[in-house]
Amino acid sequence: MNPILEVRHLSISFLQYESGFRRRMLTVIRDLSLTVLPGEIVAVVGSSGSGKSLLAHGILGLLPYNASMQGSILYDGTPLDPARAARLRGKEISLVPQGVNYLDPLMTVGAQLRKGERGAEIKKRCREVLARYGLKEETQSLYPFELSGGMARRVLISSAVLQSPRLILADEPTPGLDAQSAGRILGHFREMAKGGAGVLFITHDLDLALTVSNRVVVLYAGETVEEASASDFASGKLRHPYTQALWKALPCGEFTAVSGAQPYPGEIEQGCLFAPRCPHCRAQCTSGEIPYHPAGNGWVRCLLSPQEEE
Amino acid sequence: MLLEAQKISFGYRRGFPNVLQDVSLSVESGERVGLFAPSGRGKTTLCRLLAGYEKPDSGKILLDGKPLSQYKGFCPVQLLWQNPETAVDPLLRLGETLRESGVAEKSVLDALHIKQGWLERYPAELSGGELQRFCIARVLRPQLRFLLCDETTAMLDLITQAQIWNFLLQESSRRNLGLLIVSHSETLLNRLCSRIERLNF
Repeated sequence: MNPILEVRHLSISFLQYESGFRRRMLTVIRDLSLTVLPGEIVAVVGSSGSGKSLLAHGILGLLPYNASMQGSILYDGTPLDPARAARLRGKEISLVPQGVNYLDPLMTVGAQLRKGERGAEIKKRCREVLARYGLKEETQSLYPFELSGGMARRVLISSAVLQSPRLILADEPTPGLDAQSAGRILGHFREMAKGGAGVLFITHDLDLALTVSNRVVVLYAGETVEEASASDFASGKLRHPYTQALWKALPCGEFTAVSGAQPYPGEIEQGCLFAPRCPHCRAQCTSGEIPYHPAGNGWVRCLLSPQEEE
Repeated sequence: MLLEAQKISFGYRRGFPNVLQDVSLSVESGERVGLFAPSGRGKTTLCRLLAGYEKPDSGKILLDGKPLSQYKGFCPVQLLWQNPETAVDPLLRLGETLRESGVAEKSVLDALHIKQGWLERYPAELSGGELQRFCIARVLRPQLRFLLCDETTAMLDLITQAQIWNFLLQESSRRNLGLLIVSHSETLLNRLCSRIERLNF
């Protein structure tokens, strides 16, 4: 089956002024690869600041002017350049943005959902999609400031799925939602995936990611550190120490945290980015490039996990 | 000490049904109460009322038998907001934001892993998890008695979430604080709370 979205060796950097006219390139996402097949939900998990939202914005060609992108993004087998992305976004490819402040504060919910379209047909669709997420008809006449956090979240999702897209980039669609609403949304994603759509589910909620997705890609400080199938987590077949640390921090598990924080872009020049916090760090981990290599039925960027013989 | 809401009702708009209707809730010092309800049922509104940001249409909110407005200076009931990026002044450096509520204890800053360099930055230059640490640091004053945590860690990754809660549990038992913890995650509430209340009507 041909992948609906294929990201190959993607890097995103920002040009930053240091002091005066001195500038430097800050690489925020480095060597990121992933694929989404039709009918599949792929979760991208990582802490805040690991570049998850940037990935979604990069795919849609929504990066700010001082950003530059290397590597390639293929949608349906053909390169997705900014012009093509601009044509497709909002129709075939839709984004569920992260912040509730992506709603227009001066427009009612109904007007934002209709996006200027008129007629009985769109009105019916709006009603259906809102009802699906447990929002009442009256919600359409409300302004964003009158919505609660969870309601705003559901409006954002309604807006994204109104056009029955083929690829959904969902950037943290669930915080602030109760389990039932979150379940309903994820159930709907599942349903759309069954209909042949691909879903890239960006989240920090590992628990949720595991319940719904086929594969999980773990990001740390802008690098993909592991790609695992959802079943690898419970069966303890995790390959990277960071993923293991994430698993241990779940409230239903040990609820323990490794100390320290994720490094800033540019803070660690070479070697493994997780090395300062890693319990298994060895001398060779702190220099050179750590290759991203296949391991079992997944991928990993770690020297501890043996590279398989070709 | 005892923080209690007695049969409070509250609505934002006239002509619309009330957000809260005859809700009663109490939290004692040293207690950790979880608040659990579906989205849009008024959890945040209840927190705003308890912390004194809104006045109830009917019913009373009392801290040790006295209304909150009788406490002068730093309010002993503080709210940690759901979205830290909207709870700090975007035009102030974070060091400045911290100083507004008095000089923060060095031990608190260290325990929250707040780096010295962050104090010179503006909110837009830090992530949600880093900002939430500042929000915690600025409420941990000696006068604090009750802390309302409204989805404090909902936007944080698991490791940061565990770090922040381990710290908050430690501090709250050291200072004998009462905690009201709002979350959608039942597993998290079961882990943290001594009692769980549900808002449903």
